[in-house]
Amino acid sequence: MSNISEYFKDVFNGVLSLLKGMRVTAGYFFKPSAIVTQKYPENRKNLVMFERFKGEVVMPHNENNEHKCTGCGICEINCPNGTIEVIPKSIITEDGKKKRAIDKHIYRLGMCTFCALCVKTCPSNALAFSQKFEHAVFDRASLTKQLNKPGSQLMKGVE
Amino acid sequence: MEEKVEIIATDEKQEFIINMGPQHPSTHGVLRLVVSLQGEMVKSLQPHIGYIHRGIEKMCESITYPQIIHLTDRMDYLSAHQNNEAVCLLVEKALEVDISDRIKYIRTIMSELSRLQSHQLFWATFGMDLGGQTCYFYGLRDREMILDIFEETTGGRMLVSYNCPGGVMYDLHPDFQKKVKDYIKYFRKKLPEYDAILTGNVIFRERTTGIGTLSLQDAISFGITGPSARASGLSCDIRKHEPYSAYDRVKFNEVLFTEGDTCARYLARVEEMRESLNIIEQLIDNIPEGPYAVKMKPVIKLPEGDYFQRVETARGELGVYVISDGNKNPFRMKFRSPNFVNLGVLNHLAKGFKIADLIAISGSLDLIIPDIDR
Ligand code: SF4
Ligand code: SF4
Repeated sequence: MSNISEYFKDVFNGVLSLLKGMRVTAGYFFKPSAIVTQKYPENRKNLVMFERFKGEVVMPHNENNEHKCTGCGICEINCPNGTIEVIPKSIITEDGKKKRAIDKHIYRLGMCTFCALCVKTCPSNALAFSQKFEHAVFDRASLTKQLNKPGSQLMKGVE
Repeated sequence: MEEKVEIIATDEKQEFIINMGPQHPSTHGVLRLVVSLQGEMVKSLQPHIGYIHRGIEKMCESITYPQIIHLTDRMDYLSAHQNNEAVCLLVEKALEVDISDRIKYIRTIMSELSRLQSHQLFWATFGMDLGGQTCYFYGLRDREMILDIFEETTGGRMLVSYNCPGGVMYDLHPDFQKKVKDYIKYFRKKLPEYDAILTGNVIFRERTTGIGTLSLQDAISFGITGPSARASGLSCDIRKHEPYSAYDRVKFNEVLFTEGDTCARYLARVEEMRESLNIIEQLIDNIPEGPYAVKMKPVIKLPEGDYFQRVETARGELGVYVISDGNKNPFRMKFRSPNFVNLGVLNHLAKGFKIADLIAISGSLDLIIPDIDR
């Protein structure tokens, strides 16, 4: 007798515990304000990433097509996986001295692990992270980028 | 309640060997278990690892200490912050650098947030492994908010690379304190939901209670650490026994259970979420002012000798051992990863249970495969 009553008690408690769980789900079903899902490709226009988000390494240029990179190569040394390649050139300054400058600053996005060491260690703050996150491309070669824009120059006052 | 079933091997030919994995969804990664079955019962199992071996220890020998940090992210990616911290603490210990209280507070808060999001993901996937799809959505919903907090301050969501020898990479974001406080309030309200959906669920209870019981003796002899060991009553919390960062300034309980079964391992993690909230709450209002990083030499060289540092990650004890010959890169680097050791007990636990219980047991150990293979 007690066995049977215990059995029914078990069944009752079991169903009760299931209903308790389902109440949570049902509560959300009738509460559309609790929906947190974003409709990604549709909300692209007003989707803003955080300011510090590590999207890809870029070299900010000002309106005169000038950047701050001196071509010292410190970022290349600090990068753990050879993502950056600094190809320097030597230029003659106005007062006739020979000086090292950047020819090509090559960045291979496909190899970057976003450790931020290059951005942190650059002595002249020439690098930064952009917030771009849609990196998919059809051709792997287009992931290799030149960060200094063609024809760009060193900003005045940066040593 | 499930009884442990005696296997009577009447006919050796009845043994059936199957591969579980490397692409099995419940292993959350590329772990291959060669399971020898008798009917539905697990007779023995042999883990085959190495599918995601990247040679992190060997790679560390050729790069400098600041560069090592970002590799440790990729071991146990859910405890990325604690892994970073272990290497940084080791370097700071070796060089006898004094770091400011602010750094200690930031690191502790970040560690606890990491633990929180890791346990939330555990809760989500464990429920899903046992057939409760709903858990997954709720767990990830709450975890997402922590990832947003991470992203705002560190720039990364999972692989934060936030620590550097001598401090942290960036200062806290101005919104950090407010967001964390809001989150604690929010998540305290959500925790009863977790209990209603999974902890109290009768099917869940039936499937986990008494399954895969690990005794205290076995936990010690297999070297299990973390919540899995604390569920068997082994007090092994590094935060308590060997406090690092700001853990000596907070009051919290070490979550201990004595049952040692799958259910206890689950409950230990849910309780740890509450403790993590307590720890963050004690620290978040009193973060002292000060520098967020101590200036280190541009090239960090450890003096000759060997160094060891351990931290408590979300899954147990991570030990970092470095032999330095005085150069800028380590001569030998060894990680004692908690998951590798915890995996060793799986055969012992799953023997004699059904194959469906094997999913529950391996889920409750909360294994992260990249940490096993390194
Ligand atoms: S980006 Fe910075 S670190 Fe790299 S070469 Fe230019 S100036 Fe030097
Ligand atoms: S973020 Fe790290 S991996 Fe990427 S380019 Fe900079 S240093 Fe190299």
